[in-house]
Amino acid sequence: MKHLTMRRLALSLLMLPAMSAGTAMADVAYVSNEKDNSISVIDLKTLEVVETIEVGQRPRGITLSKDQTQLYVCASDDDTVQVVDLATKKVIENLPSGEDPEQFALHPDGKHLYIANEEDAIVTVVDVDSRSVTAQIEVGVEPEGMTVSPDGKLAVNTSETTSMLHWIDTEQKHLVHNTKVDQRPRHVVFSHDGKELWASSEIGGTVAIIDVATKEITHKINFEIRGIHPDKVQPVGVELSQDGKLAFVALGPANHIAVVDAKTYKVIDYLLVGRRVWHMAFSPDEKLLLTTNGISGDVSVIDVEKRKVVKSIKVGRYPWGLAVKAD
Amino acid sequence: MSLCKRLFTLLAVSLLLPMTVSAADTEIRNIEIGYLQLQLPKPPLLSNILPDPDDSGLQGARVGISDNNAGGRFLGLHYDVKELVSTDKEALFTQGRQWADQGIQYLVVNLPAAELTTLAQQLSDTGVLLFNAGSPDDSLRISNCSANVLHTLPSRAMLGDALAQWLISKKLKRWLLITGTRPEDKLYADAIRRAAKRFGGKIVAEKDWTFDSDLRRSAQAEVPLFTQTTEYDVVIVADEKGDFGEYVLYNTWYPRPVVGTQGLTPVAWHRAVEQWGAAQLQSRFEKQANRWMNSVDYAAWAAVRTVGEALSQGADNSGPKMRNFLLNKDFQFAGFKGRKLTFRDWNGQMRQPIELVQPRALISQSPQEGYLHPTNELDTLGYDKPESQCRISESGAK
Repeated sequence: MKHLTMRRLALSLLMLPAMSAGTAMADVAYVSNEKDNSISVIDLKTLEVVETIEVGQRPRGITLSKDQTQLYVCASDDDTVQVVDLATKKVIENLPSGEDPEQFALHPDGKHLYIANEEDAIVTVVDVDSRSVTAQIEVGVEPEGMTVSPDGKLAVNTSETTSMLHWIDTEQKHLVHNTKVDQRPRHVVFSHDGKELWASSEIGGTVAIIDVATKEITHKINFEIRGIHPDKVQPVGVELSQDGKLAFVALGPANHIAVVDAKTYKVIDYLLVGRRVWHMAFSPDEKLLLTTNGISGDVSVIDVEKRKVVKSIKVGRYPWGLAVKAD
Repeated sequence: MSLCKRLFTLLAVSLLLPMTVSAADTEIRNIEIGYLQLQLPKPPLLSNILPDPDDSGLQGARVGISDNNAGGRFLGLHYDVKELVSTDKEALFTQGRQWADQGIQYLVVNLPAAELTTLAQQLSDTGVLLFNAGSPDDSLRISNCSANVLHTLPSRAMLGDALAQWLISKKLKRWLLITGTRPEDKLYADAIRRAAKRFGGKIVAEKDWTFDSDLRRSAQAEVPLFTQTTEYDVVIVADEKGDFGEYVLYNTWYPRPVVGTQGLTPVAWHRAVEQWGAAQLQSRFEKQANRWMNSVDYAAWAAVRTVGEALSQGADNSGPKMRNFLLNKDFQFAGFKGRKLTFRDWNGQMRQPIELVQPRALISQSPQEGYLHPTNELDTLGYDKPESQCRISESGAK
């Protein structure tokens, strides 16, 4: 225990120069391009792609390390999670990840990655410091969405084909509960206070709100867009604002983002974005929301306050995941 | 401090435990699904270079079982498949009856229309629910319906309509229709004629293929003359077994695309389908079967998965109750086709988009944009309720 803490301290000291170098830059967004094996880097001040980083095959889920100096990338077809050093923009390491990693979540401890292995019906827990697998937990078919509660006690995974949420005790590393939801759950996220879990069901066409204490569904949000067949309204990504007031839901082939009142669960607005919108991320000040539009190959930028799409930025082929790094 | 925290966490965890649902705590229930397949003798075909697999359907059912089990263990359900593949239809009927007597509630059947109808009649007093994964015959969906049969394989009319919508969207309106000699080719041609009428295609010429020469040697000489008719925009081939159709491509009198049973083909499934999460199903299938997944595999897989989904959505484990549960409009199933799949309550047909593929790529998916329907766009494919005499949901479960 003590030894590890010392090592982490040493590590973070080492990281200091890299971090200060990073501060010279503006806020940036990283976008994984599933069919281009690359990451597009978007400057959030100019809203332009400033760089493209080559990574492994079929990059999908991406997330920043806790100190924001590294980017973790699920290179699904290479069966690994790659670590990109953001100072040099190079892949510096391949972490063991289990087969076909798709999405993952970093535990608040900054040390454990919870990885959904889509082809193996497994969640793999990887220690990023020692680069070793600490646990593998069997879940349903095609695990996809992954999140860890703000207090770090629970991890939740969605299995698309089994249509369940699997609740994992992060201490014991085993399943404690399964919640059946509508068809093809894609994404899960905890509310910032940790009391609610939001889960989207792509084919079911709904977002379920689950009470974390009872693990029961308390609300279900339906979406309806004029002129679009209900079967094509397919919720995937869900993002919740820090103040707990708004939720944004990406509706896939309906090419819209739903703006939801996070208290009443009522849909307030629908915003037209690019084609097949799946994932989103806020800018650090939450003034902008970025979306990945797979088929049109671009990122839409939404002005959160005005609820308007202000720009679309061409990126690589089939943009999938997003991660935003603060200045 | 750290020890204290650890103790606290342990305590919290042990408090969590009593309210958990884990398969280990609940009693394991076994769900058995039967699979029957009639192995027909293979006729001699001119294009016999890439033969169809013998285990079409069977492998799909097996992958469906393992998908069901992966989710079922969280609910205390274990699935098994009992299989019989035979060249003797009587043996299949006898086996079906025996399984019914043993309490099996669901059968996935890969049989021709006549044998399917016989089996459905023989089992009509048992409550067993049959899933048709082998016969695309429209008669089973419009006049000769069985109340205890649901269809996961699309009908020929669904395929013909899917193709016609695409052709009309592409403004390919003048069709040359070439039909093979087998009865199923004639039925396929019927579906094409019906689709022409429905969507505004014009069959400018029709030809029956009766040649018996070896086309591998003489296609270049025979086909151009054979296809020298009134000018057409497209050639539609009705040759389900693949006897001559492969040799029509690139040999037509007018340089026109070839579609139908060869060329651009409407299918329930193909290896080229990788959107809508299908890539994962394809790789699970290939890992198990060492070959590509086809439409009959898909239909058998969908039948097994449908049972698994319905049970995890709260259906009772009985054939008649399952049937009613599946025919209810609230039942929904995600089958890797980009939208939810449901069953038509008048004839038990599973609604599904139809993929249009060429041998190595997905070209389009029907219904095409703009083909509207008052209740469900998927019902623009195949016989709609007013066009079918069947009302199986009104006949109630046997």
